[in-house]
Amino acid sequence: MSVDHPCVVTIDHRSRPRVLFSGTKLVEVDLPVGSKVLYPKKPMAGLSDPDAAVRYALNHPLGTPPLYAKLRPGMRVTIAIDDLSMPLPPMKGPDCRQRVLEPVIEMLDQHGIDDIELIIAVAFHRHMTADEIKHVVGPRVFNRFYPERLYNHDAEKPGGLTYLGTTDDGIEVEVNARAAASDLVIYVNLTFVPMNGGYKSLGTGLVGYRTLRGHHNPSSVRMSGSYMEPKRSELNRRMVNVGKLIEEKLDVFHIETTVNNRMFDKPLDILGKNEDDLSTLEWQGLRALVKTLDKLPQPARQAIFEKVPAPYDMIGVFAGACEPVHDAILEKCHQQLLVPIDGQFDVVVFPIPYISPYNVGSFLNPLLVSVMAEGYLHNLHRGAPLLKKGGTMIILHPCSDIFDREQHPAYTEFFHKLLTQTRDAMELHKRFEGEFRRHPGYIQQYRTGKAYHPVHPFYMWYWGENGRQHRGRVIVVGADNEYVPGILGYETASSMGDALRMAKETGPADPSLACFRICPVLMADVNPEPPPPAIEADAD
Amino acid sequence: MNHPADTPARHEGTSAAYFDVDGTLVGTNLLQPTFYYLLNQARPDMSALRVGRALLGAPAMAMAELRDRRLFNELLFSNYRGMTEDRMVLVAADVFEDVIKPRIFHGAKELIQKCKDAGQRVVLITGSLDHTTAHLAAYLGADDCITNRLEFKDGFATGKLLRPVVAGPEKAALIVADARKHGHDLLRSHAYSDSYSDVPMLSVVGHPNCVNPDERLARLARAYRWPILDINVPERKSATGRGSSRR
Repeated sequence: MSVDHPCVVTIDHRSRPRVLFSGTKLVEVDLPVGSKVLYPKKPMAGLSDPDAAVRYALNHPLGTPPLYAKLRPGMRVTIAIDDLSMPLPPMKGPDCRQRVLEPVIEMLDQHGIDDIELIIAVAFHRHMTADEIKHVVGPRVFNRFYPERLYNHDAEKPGGLTYLGTTDDGIEVEVNARAAASDLVIYVNLTFVPMNGGYKSLGTGLVGYRTLRGHHNPSSVRMSGSYMEPKRSELNRRMVNVGKLIEEKLDVFHIETTVNNRMFDKPLDILGKNEDDLSTLEWQGLRALVKTLDKLPQPARQAIFEKVPAPYDMIGVFAGACEPVHDAILEKCHQQLLVPIDGQFDVVVFPIPYISPYNVGSFLNPLLVSVMAEGYLHNLHRGAPLLKKGGTMIILHPCSDIFDREQHPAYTEFFHKLLTQTRDAMELHKRFEGEFRRHPGYIQQYRTGKAYHPVHPFYMWYWGENGRQHRGRVIVVGADNEYVPGILGYETASSMGDALRMAKETGPADPSLACFRICPVLMADVNPEPPPPAIEADAD
Repeated sequence: MNHPADTPARHEGTSAAYFDVDGTLVGTNLLQPTFYYLLNQARPDMSALRVGRALLGAPAMAMAELRDRRLFNELLFSNYRGMTEDRMVLVAADVFEDVIKPRIFHGAKELIQKCKDAGQRVVLITGSLDHTTAHLAAYLGADDCITNRLEFKDGFATGKLLRPVVAGPEKAALIVADARKHGHDLLRSHAYSDSYSDVPMLSVVGHPNCVNPDERLARLARAYRWPILDINVPERKSATGRGSSRR
């Protein structure tokens, strides 16, 4: 019989209740005996001298000459930078991007290059505020370049994009005009999950609608086994085509970094541990936290988790050509994130936390709840989904009807006006995307405010498409209303026990159950066909 | 292959974008152009006389503004009585160049272009006069304007406005009539204003937008989740768009 990985815990009669996220609250849940709970791995040790590692990477790149060999006086250089959608929550300073940018700019200075601009590669994400940019790039770079030469990519700026060509599969590629007119583009990346980085960085972050629509659509997500597993991702295949075309036209030097999963500092680091391994004091502390959060108002709970930056450590930095750099980073990511597990499950429990890549500094609205469940968490697997085809997904979240007015204005209309007409991603794409993508008011809010682009809620709905096609039912435990889950096509249950009873109505009488115990982040490495139990040798 | 998003959705009617002007697209109000007209009469003594009369009437206008926007408009435009139509036309170009153009918000032209890109007919709806608004509409690329018009007799302004007077709630009725005339679907149409007095006009379209709103309108916009836009953001100075040094 195969032995479970230490991060896979089987619930027995002596197990304590599991403490799971439900938005900004924590709830105690009793899972049936025999349930498997997947925990994140312990944080890997950070690089002992990250600044030295960055310098080593710049001077010993993979697949290209060193950065200094590419530089010559008077050249035009554009540095593209990943936005704050990763890591989650934003990390303690200095951010990995600051650690990379400072020596890179120093090197450019030493080579007599003064035509330098830095662009935050936000694509259709909201523009980062001055404070957020300062946190990511550090005060030295910020004070020197902001705002004239350090700014957010504006995918709607008239004349702001340059057409480079069309891929073999028909995707029109247009990129930021400044980047297209540069002698060298340096991409500074922070890969948090395997979907990030590689060709996606430029092929998404610095392009416009004509390019994004080529891969951000329901069919490419439907055709992806998991978009966290590049080899099984149609989304990734299309992004690679876009990225390769860009790199045929532009000279791009990639610098990718990644971090461990140390999301919480002491004393909140107990949130990443197996409840049964906690000391009595830690367990009482965790229960006190559960009760305290329950008594606090929502904004106070959000603040507790959000205002404290995460103590992530850099565990890898590589520079050079896109593919070898990305492969090296993915290996580091996998080392940190992958938790092996045998078999798929009839029921999977996904606790939905307070944060996603698309609500930094705001409430996780109902559409993003669905993105987390059927999108991110479902896709955080390698090999096969944790949930069997047609199985039941149980999620924990209040599903409150709250949308941030500044960040998600188009989401409100999408959710209440469009999803109430149809949940069919193909129909939404065909009937409504065109009108939203031209909405002048929402576009203005994206360009000059803090709003996501009006097409972004469509992309979020598409992001859940492969999960939606795969799962059977979704049952919400802890919802504070019935109609929001109803709009999403979900059912509600008053407790985990009720949810399990409902799951048994349409599934096996004794369903197998797994709980994906996020946060911190982890990824299920699923072996869909576990080896048969070993036949014990006859003692005689 | 034609992308679905490039094909206009099937709807009964077309759509339009209705823009209030003063405070929404331009940082002016009705007083500034009026005083420019009064100051630029054929002779200096005539200018002095007209400005003097207008100043005497200022308290009455202030009271009217508090009570009824339409009454305020009628009092304001009575100052034009006796001006010749050809002089109005002549000075209108200068009013646009000297008073209005420098105060156009940075993002106004681009916002209107985005509306046109979305296939909308762009209409300016304003209490200002037709002569000056025509210059602004041409500059911004608007398709049409609904404005106040002075009554002229024998080439001289009577100081009265032709009906309907464009102000407050009347704007809503004018938008409905315009949409009907041009076959627009009001539910798919957009409107933009900065002022609480334009709530009726914002309420008759499916997509109201508040631009640099006053406090009362901002409160309402937050309650109804109407988009709040800032279009007066200065352009970033950058090297973007310069010719490449490489190719």
